[in-house]
Amino acid sequence: MGVSDARSGATVGTTGEPFVATTRLDRLVQMIRKYGINWARKYSLWPMPFGTACCAIELMATAASRFDVARFGAEAMRFSPRQSDVLICAGRVPIKLMPVLQRIYIQMTEPKWVISMGACASTGGVFNTYAVVQGIDQFIPVDVYVPGCPPRPEQLLEGIMAIQRIVEQEGVTRSVDRLGLKLTV
Amino acid sequence: MRNGVVADTAQQADQPVAVGRLQAKFGDIDFAPAELMSSDDKRRGQISVRVPVEKLEAVMRFLRDDRECAFDMLVDVTCIDYLDYPGATDRFGVTYSLLSLAHNRRLWVKCFVNDPDPEVPTMTGIWKGADWPEREVYDLFGVRFAGHPDLRRIMTWEGFGSHPLRKEYPLEGRGERENYPVFTRRSA
Repeated sequence: MGVSDARSGATVGTTGEPFVATTRLDRLVQMIRKYGINWARKYSLWPMPFGTACCAIELMATAASRFDVARFGAEAMRFSPRQSDVLICAGRVPIKLMPVLQRIYIQMTEPKWVISMGACASTGGVFNTYAVVQGIDQFIPVDVYVPGCPPRPEQLLEGIMAIQRIVEQEGVTRSVDRLGLKLTV
Repeated sequence: MRNGVVADTAQQADQPVAVGRLQAKFGDIDFAPAELMSSDDKRRGQISVRVPVEKLEAVMRFLRDDRECAFDMLVDVTCIDYLDYPGATDRFGVTYSLLSLAHNRRLWVKCFVNDPDPEVPTMTGIWKGADWPEREVYDLFGVRFAGHPDLRRIMTWEGFGSHPLRKEYPLEGRGERENYPVFTRRSA
């Protein structure tokens, strides 16, 4: 299930069904399915901005002309979770906001990834109080953590590139298949 | 700088009009007028008075309706928890911040209440804007407002169960932030 080396002739990640390469044409198709489709997919990530604090300012700067996240194909910020691939949680999340974040995560269609941007979203940051969630990964799955308070746009770009590496290696698998999947570079 | 405003503030610092009117009307109450911020070099004319809880509604209605006072705006209702405060004799100090738009004067009214059942009369009958600030004080301090039309929590959610700005409440809470359903990749 999932990803393995194309040369070994085992399954590939596009659909998950067993694919045994027998001819050179099969191997070519296999390579296209693994690398070509994933290569196309990783440059077409549509983020869902969930900006609650100052990290959202850096998120906006990342999308603006100087840093220009369009260079990585992730410029189509969608405020509808139905149209998004990557949930970028930028900022602290109070407990009253947690149901909103979880609902947005549920509404996003598969495949989907989550970036926890900044110290507050990842750990609660300096807001060690009764009202603030101490890390959104306690309540929703998180793929990439971007450190910083707030992170500079370069760091967020690196986080998006980390998502791109995940997409390139995992391909179009369902989230459940990504559970426990050991990645090999 | 408008001279009228400055002159009025200086005059108010020497002889607060509202305090004089209050003492003339309610002679039996010790209002104990004091500067809000104790500053020796700079008198700001910001006066706070103390009012016992049983006279609070009458005093507030007088402060709004009297032409010399005319505090037609209730800026805010807040509260101070004097638990373990040096020299404090009462627990909660409910503080009303009043503003007279006509006279450009301010006055702070403090009303002290205690455990186990801190309760003050609501001001929603005098200033309609007292509704949400009083709900906030009720939510965060647990001071009840008798006669309030809709005394629900406003900051925390229903079922929170505590009053987090009380001094004995731990900063990290009592597990409210951990007690929440978890979504995994399989369940979502």
